[in-house]
Amino acid sequence: MATVSAPQMSATRAAVEAGLRSGRRDWAGMIAAFALFLTLIVSLTILFVLLTDVMSRALPVLSARGLDFLAAPNSSNPEIAGVGQAVFGSIVLTIFVIILALPIGITAAIYLEEYAGDNRFARFVNTNIRNLAGVPAIVYGLLGLAVFVTSVGLGRSLLSGGLTLAILVLPIVVITAAEALRAVPMTIREAAFGVGATRSEVVTSHVLPYALPGILTGIVLTLARAFGETAPLIMVGAITGVFRTAADQGGLETLQGPFTALPTIVYSWSKQPQEEFRALTAAAIIVLLVVILAVNAAAILLRNRYDRSW
Amino acid sequence: MTAVPHPGPALRIEDLRIGPRRRFRETFIRVAITISATASIVISALIVVSLIGNAFAFVREVDPAQLVTEGWFPRRDMFSIPTILAGTLVISAVGMLIAAPLGIGAAIYLSEYASTRVRKVLKPILEILAAIPSVVLGYFAITVISPGVVNTIHPGVPIFNMAAAGIAVGILITPLIASVAEDALHAVPSALREASYGLGARRLATSMRVVVPAAVSGIVAALILGFSRAIGETMIVAIAAGATGGSLFTINPFEGGITMTAAMTALSIGSDQVAVGTLAFPSLFFVGLLLFAITLVLNLISEAFVRRVRERY
Repeated sequence: MATVSAPQMSATRAAVEAGLRSGRRDWAGMIAAFALFLTLIVSLTILFVLLTDVMSRALPVLSARGLDFLAAPNSSNPEIAGVGQAVFGSIVLTIFVIILALPIGITAAIYLEEYAGDNRFARFVNTNIRNLAGVPAIVYGLLGLAVFVTSVGLGRSLLSGGLTLAILVLPIVVITAAEALRAVPMTIREAAFGVGATRSEVVTSHVLPYALPGILTGIVLTLARAFGETAPLIMVGAITGVFRTAADQGGLETLQGPFTALPTIVYSWSKQPQEEFRALTAAAIIVLLVVILAVNAAAILLRNRYDRSW
Repeated sequence: MTAVPHPGPALRIEDLRIGPRRRFRETFIRVAITISATASIVISALIVVSLIGNAFAFVREVDPAQLVTEGWFPRRDMFSIPTILAGTLVISAVGMLIAAPLGIGAAIYLSEYASTRVRKVLKPILEILAAIPSVVLGYFAITVISPGVVNTIHPGVPIFNMAAAGIAVGILITPLIASVAEDALHAVPSALREASYGLGARRLATSMRVVVPAAVSGIVAALILGFSRAIGETMIVAIAAGATGGSLFTINPFEGGITMTAAMTALSIGSDQVAVGTLAFPSLFFVGLLLFAITLVLNLISEAFVRRVRERY
């Protein structure tokens, strides 16, 4: 019987390893990895260029005007035009979304996830909501124009704009809230049912507290999206020109009156031919982006803080 | 040994029954949330009714010859549907040319190559890109993309052109495509990857020949979804594609053009002046119905592809 000597053994091993690794560097693999990495870097560079470009255009206006820019009403004179009315409009629209879309959206999600089970109605609602989430925003604007502005007779008002935006974000609220509810494990519910809780008690005392961080994150992102939405507001008649806000008008008059919002004013200023409006647009974009990015950062932090694996 | 006396009256089955107040609360909550769930159906019905009702008014009045004129000029009763369809397709195609490689490349990198640490940094940045409102990208298109990028490729283009709008639309839909495609790649079981490595395949071969083919339905779904979003995108086009109010038929991306969505915003902004009784106002809803139908079909196809991935694994 031939015995294999130690040096022979290690030589075989080296040959086998070299054969498996084929002794070459994996150039194709490295190039591919680099190319894939590059696609990400390109996207990030675009984001960086966008932010620095807008920032550099906006800084002169923001530093020269300061708070006056935030408070002043719109004007055709770029020297005194500001985003005061737009900020007010955006805040009111966001309140509309919070009051209307959130309760309806979250309860609809509770119905789908906790109550309905797998019946035909729930499946229909589910499919319907997924399709609604894919409808272009401008089509919601048409809905607002046909229903709220014309048929109901609310006119081109803050009220119409708020209702339209609330309808636009409703499907997204339902989808994100349903996802958060689905992430709560069955055992939590079973434990609550086991000690005699009714279904609504299970939901309010067990499922909702655990799902709350997820629901909140989704809602915060949805609000950020609503804040930047422009097309539907233009369809229901957000003012792209100059209008006057009377100092003594009451709350209801304000809701029924003409309005504008931050993204709308960005649109109308970006269409102005004068060069001064370019800088003004950038300044308005910075105001818009500060809100949206701060809200997004908060949502990401919230998610990381409360992210739990069951 | 003596029996321990029972501490109190025995627990009866009646004690476990829910009382009338709790029962009322249950019923009330069930009814209330069922009504909430119905809201979405009401919204869909309102969309369909308001679009079809007004679009029908347009179809009844319009002369078919007006739909195939040489351009879209609603104030002059020229409602050329091919013009706005061509503009929409050109801009979406440019957008897809940018977003498909960027989005899918980023998805493959994040899912197959990136370490957990790299993912943790890069993913939120993609999410921030996704959060930028389209009106901001429209401004970016006329201040940077059009003079900086498009003008370099094709010197002497007008500042408002479809190529710049298309590139901005591409930037807008890249994060969407990346996120949907990454979900699909993530859903491929790691057993498939391990089997491939076990046979001696490297990472590139494993990603391209095993994981990507296994997730191809999801990647197609991501592309269709991105395309659908590009078609419905409004503000970028309204700002950067030029042609406010009307345009001649063109498929040259280096010219200004008009899309379905831009035609709608232009009509809406001017609609204070549009006298009731002209066709311009109902034409808004006809175009809206067309857009709604196209995106709905695309979304349904995309959803069917996603379902295929889910069923397989």
